[in-house]
Amino acid sequence: MLKIDNLHVKLEEEDKQILKGLSLEVPAGQVHAIMGPNGSGKSTLSYVLSGRDGYEVTDGSASLDGADLLDMEPEERAAAGLFLAFQYPVEIPGVGNMTFLRTAVNAQRKARGEEEMTSGEFLKAIREKARELQIDAEMLKRPVNVGFSGGEKKRNEILQMAMLAPRMCIMDETDSGLDVDAMRLVADGVNALRSPDRSFLVITHYQRLLNHIQPDMVHIMSKGRIVKSGGPDLALQVEEDGYGDLLAEAG
Amino acid sequence: MADVAVKTKEVTPQVSGAPKAEDALQARLAALDLPAGGFTAAARRDALARLRAMGLPGPRDEYWRYTDPATFSAAKAGAIGMEADEGPDGPLFDDLDRLKIVFVDGIFDADASDDLALDGIEIASLSQADGSGEHWAADLYGSLESAGQKPVARPFAALNTAAAKDGVLIRVTGRPSRPIHLIYRRRDEAADATWHHLVRVEAGAEATLLETGMAGARTNGVIEADLARGARLHHVAARRVGHEAVGLSHIFARVAAEAQFKSFTLSVNGTLMRHEGVIEFVGDDAVAHIAAAVLGDGKSGRFHHDDTIFITHGAERCESRQVFKKVLKNGAVGVFQGKILVRPGAQKTDGYQISQALLLDERSQFLAKPELEIYADDVVCSHGSTTGAIDEEAMFYLRSRGVPKDRAIVFLVLSFLADALQEVEDDGLRGQINDRLEAWLTRHATQ
Repeated sequence: MLKIDNLHVKLEEEDKQILKGLSLEVPAGQVHAIMGPNGSGKSTLSYVLSGRDGYEVTDGSASLDGADLLDMEPEERAAAGLFLAFQYPVEIPGVGNMTFLRTAVNAQRKARGEEEMTSGEFLKAIREKARELQIDAEMLKRPVNVGFSGGEKKRNEILQMAMLAPRMCIMDETDSGLDVDAMRLVADGVNALRSPDRSFLVITHYQRLLNHIQPDMVHIMSKGRIVKSGGPDLALQVEEDGYGDLLAEAG
Repeated sequence: MADVAVKTKEVTPQVSGAPKAEDALQARLAALDLPAGGFTAAARRDALARLRAMGLPGPRDEYWRYTDPATFSAAKAGAIGMEADEGPDGPLFDDLDRLKIVFVDGIFDADASDDLALDGIEIASLSQADGSGEHWAADLYGSLESAGQKPVARPFAALNTAAAKDGVLIRVTGRPSRPIHLIYRRRDEAADATWHHLVRVEAGAEATLLETGMAGARTNGVIEADLARGARLHHVAARRVGHEAVGLSHIFARVAAEAQFKSFTLSVNGTLMRHEGVIEFVGDDAVAHIAAAVLGDGKSGRFHHDDTIFITHGAERCESRQVFKKVLKNGAVGVFQGKILVRPGAQKTDGYQISQALLLDERSQFLAKPELEIYADDVVCSHGSTTGAIDEEAMFYLRSRGVPKDRAIVFLVLSFLADALQEVEDDGLRGQINDRLEAWLTRHATQ
């Protein structure tokens, strides 16, 4: 599904190479985790894949279901089935959560040549998903992420994911700032969305999220590259020994 | 300090300037055909004398530093096209149950207006009432305008008091069931419309006053609003005018104890617009909020919009709030001059002022001059002013969800304006304004 090959990325504004030949493949239906120390380029990877400004791809490629992602605008990538759950979801005062999400859902449908959802259909769907995620109906009416707690913001990200039904979900440190209960709720939401034709790339610092979202593969990232890949045990090894030994071993 | 000889350039006083300015005023007045007035006669003569003494503002006038007054001073209005003023969306508040009062080229149109009788309110047109020598409005006409000339002169408001052809006289004695909607239309492509409204809200009474439409090629409108103890007045003006329109407006409000005055203006398009708000608290525990959302696109030529506000706290425990937001693109210019004056003894004053501009390109500009002048020692006053571009982080967030770029800009502009719109108390009115804004923005986002 997601195929990244020899990706080289530098900052647009300064001469700083962040990704230095990253290759990764996430097959359909699988959950892959990326772990790595600060500054290894994990967040940059998520931003470059979803099309944020400020980065320049100097070499390599990234594709989703064979379509070249790097050539598309962010909204085109979304319509193609890519979703990024933000580490810090943005607050947008004055724009209702519901209005925003309905616009997003219908813009994606329109871009794919599908019929748009009526407000009745949308309302029914969102109420159902909100209930599953224990999101208060009142929260749906409030402006996007304004006055939401850290946990509410992350649950709102999962709600958006559920409504947009993407093929490929990237989760950027979704566990940061969450207590154990909030993390479990988020993980439950993600697990409910797992399906044979949907894949996840879970970026995290810590192993604990992976207790709740069981990955098929774990990749260790360092200095802009994947230096080691393995099964779920690799995450446990990081938790016990830290990154030091692993990175030394990988050279 | 270092002892450095500074050579200053002597500025020769322009001896020829004074007569020229007088000529300009003379020409401006000659083109107006001043009404003699009935109950307003004395106030008109007084205003004319004051105007002659102060003269029209010149380009060096500090209060007109960011806006050239020449277009307002010119003897005649330039003709402008008769495009549909409401734009493709039709008139605003059309499906609202309200009492309509129509002005054409600044003159009351009885046939197009509703019956002016309504419980809890007395309404008359200025031109009709001014035939007689007596009226409840006699004490009010020109009085707040005259008081509002200090400490800063407002010559065009004095000109208005002297020259106003028509207007509406509203006395609110209860709680009328419907809002009063002043609708401006125009017939003459060079109409130089000058109107003067009076609103007195008696103790404990409450009303909503709406204004929409475009009254002329050049407009000079004054509202004097007098709020008695515990009175409430909600004023909502939504001005979507033609791209060539030139307009000047003043609202003078005197706010007595425990009264509440709220004024919101939406301003879209126009070549040159200036709105002055002059509010004075004369009783304790009163509230005044004045806010504006301005959308300016310089694509069709020039766009220059100026909000100039002066709030005087002359009583204790009053709350004033100024919220001004301007969205500018294609070389549009926004101006904000806002002042809070706290008089000696006006303790526990709560004054707040914010002016913000969202610049959608690098050619547009925002000029802000916030001022606080405080002579009491137990007050809370704050002001802030920011100028910025679209927030890239929010933009990426929206686009990453599949919202196309143009649509994301509409969301973020509405988000920027939200605080100003929040000042419209009525949910229904606010919703209609928001929808109208959204439609306008959606059309303009790509241009």
